[in-house]
Amino acid sequence: MAVFHKTKDLTSKPFHYCPGCTHGIVHRLVAEAIEEFGVSEKTIGIAPVGCSVFAYDYFNFDMAEAAHGRAPAMATGIKRVHPDCLVFCYQGDGDLASIGTAETVHAACRGENITIIFINNGIYGMTGGQMAPTTIMGQKATTCPNGRSGINGYPIKICEMLATQEGTYYAERVSTHNVKQVLNAKRAIKKALKNQIDKKGFSIVEVLTNCPTNWHMSPQDSLKYIEEKVILYYPLGIFKDKDAEVKNA
Amino acid sequence: MARQLIKGNEAIAEAAVRSGCRYYFGYPITPQSEIPEYMSARLSEVGGTFIQAESEISAINMVYGAAAAGGRAMTSSSSPGISLKQEGISYIAASDVPCVIVNVMRAGPGLGGIQPSQGDYFQAVKGGGHGDYKLIVYAPSSVQEAADYTYKAFDVADKYRIPVMILCDGLLGQMMEGVELPPMRDLSALPKKDWALRGWDRNGPRRIINSLRIQPDELERYIDGLYKKYDAIRQNEIEVEEYLCDDAEIILAAYGIVARICKGAILKLRKMGIKAGLIRPITLFPFPEDTFAMHAEKGSVKKFVSVELSKGQMIEDVRLAIGGKKPVAFYGRTGGNVMNEDDVASFIAGGK
Repeated sequence: MAVFHKTKDLTSKPFHYCPGCTHGIVHRLVAEAIEEFGVSEKTIGIAPVGCSVFAYDYFNFDMAEAAHGRAPAMATGIKRVHPDCLVFCYQGDGDLASIGTAETVHAACRGENITIIFINNGIYGMTGGQMAPTTIMGQKATTCPNGRSGINGYPIKICEMLATQEGTYYAERVSTHNVKQVLNAKRAIKKALKNQIDKKGFSIVEVLTNCPTNWHMSPQDSLKYIEEKVILYYPLGIFKDKDAEVKNA
Repeated sequence: MARQLIKGNEAIAEAAVRSGCRYYFGYPITPQSEIPEYMSARLSEVGGTFIQAESEISAINMVYGAAAAGGRAMTSSSSPGISLKQEGISYIAASDVPCVIVNVMRAGPGLGGIQPSQGDYFQAVKGGGHGDYKLIVYAPSSVQEAADYTYKAFDVADKYRIPVMILCDGLLGQMMEGVELPPMRDLSALPKKDWALRGWDRNGPRRIINSLRIQPDELERYIDGLYKKYDAIRQNEIEVEEYLCDDAEIILAAYGIVARICKGAILKLRKMGIKAGLIRPITLFPFPEDTFAMHAEKGSVKKFVSVELSKGQMIEDVRLAIGGKKPVAFYGRTGGNVMNEDDVASFIAGGK
């Protein structure tokens, strides 16, 4: 008896991601979660601009590829036409937290019943390692070669910000730096997708990931960097969960 | 059906609903705000979706999503807002997604003014956003035509899987005229869209709405295909009105509201013994080149005059169409000013 199989919701196309990058893990978690809910045939995904721009080649669903930062707006249009489909956005930090901040915040404020998987690796990977809106203080990038300092402004905290908005149903930050965290990330992703299936509203899971190539680290060191540095600025946990608010009321 | 007195912007909105538009995404801007206002009330009556988006950029991307999912979707704006939408329009054109975009033009550049203009001709007809693509552009010249061409735009968009623009101006958007509105469509009779996103049931290929083609040869092949589509549109979709051109010695070229002003001017000129006529492109893309070329060949025609609410934009297409065979003069106003019949008549009579 097989104890493990590759989810049918990922295609057989080899990932183009760099060795050691955790994008592939998060792709798998999302695809597995959707398969486990049995809604694969009623799922529409939206790929961003950035490293995961080719996500439509990997996720085995009907897929759209949005303009940079516009995935939540595009998802809104799709969801309004197919309210019974599961609609998810897969977006990186430049896409979601910089050029697409307005789309993200207002999709949340509308309580749009979509799920966003937000990949935060603190860097513009696809374009070669420029500073991201989430590059942490002191972290080097090609456009802050001496490390991010006050002169560059401060990293944006998306989950904390969205937690202040009435329209947000669920916002959690998770990580991929070890097996325990990956399993926890899957739990959060499943919850965010289930919220949509249950028509509860806007859910976002921010996933801390690595970028060995542009962080100029070995894969192991990059995971250690998340654990030892990134989490200090971007603490893990649930920032908003209206399920809990209902229970506590 | 009875005629009713209705504002241009509202006629556009109602005609869209009757044509099957059930998804409207917009943002307030003068002088088109009656369209989102009307849609917010009307779409809820017919089970549609209205969203006042956070920006013009979001609105066009909501249209992109809704249209990619198979809905008849529309957005509207006025010039500065249309500039913001250009990124999305380029993506939509490059994904073969049909939708309708209404531009109720106001004076630019920059924040410009809120009075009527035709300063967005280049933007509408020559691309607007990045890359090689075209829109079908209709230029109505009455409230009746604004309704009729909005109604038609959804069908043409679906037929060619292309974004279609209704290019009118603040004057047309704001004025009221008697209109006979087209009938309400039966949504179940609209053409099926097998290509549209709906969730993949594992039968046939999965659907991917995408404008990224990273291999140069693949992208070039795609663009060549787009231009084959534009050739077919040139063959089938050109619409043009000729007014008193048969014996005309001076032919005016004007579209939209300006064409109506020119008609009045032409009647005045004819009373003065000046044989003037008008070619009114109704489709700005595809441009009625052959009509201009045909008249340019006639020995009786002495010259053309392009009359526009701009510094001269359509005149470039007029010149290209007549290929240097006749001189082309220009008369225009900018800043939101609108010429009247006497202004046009005296310019022509002055022999400039």
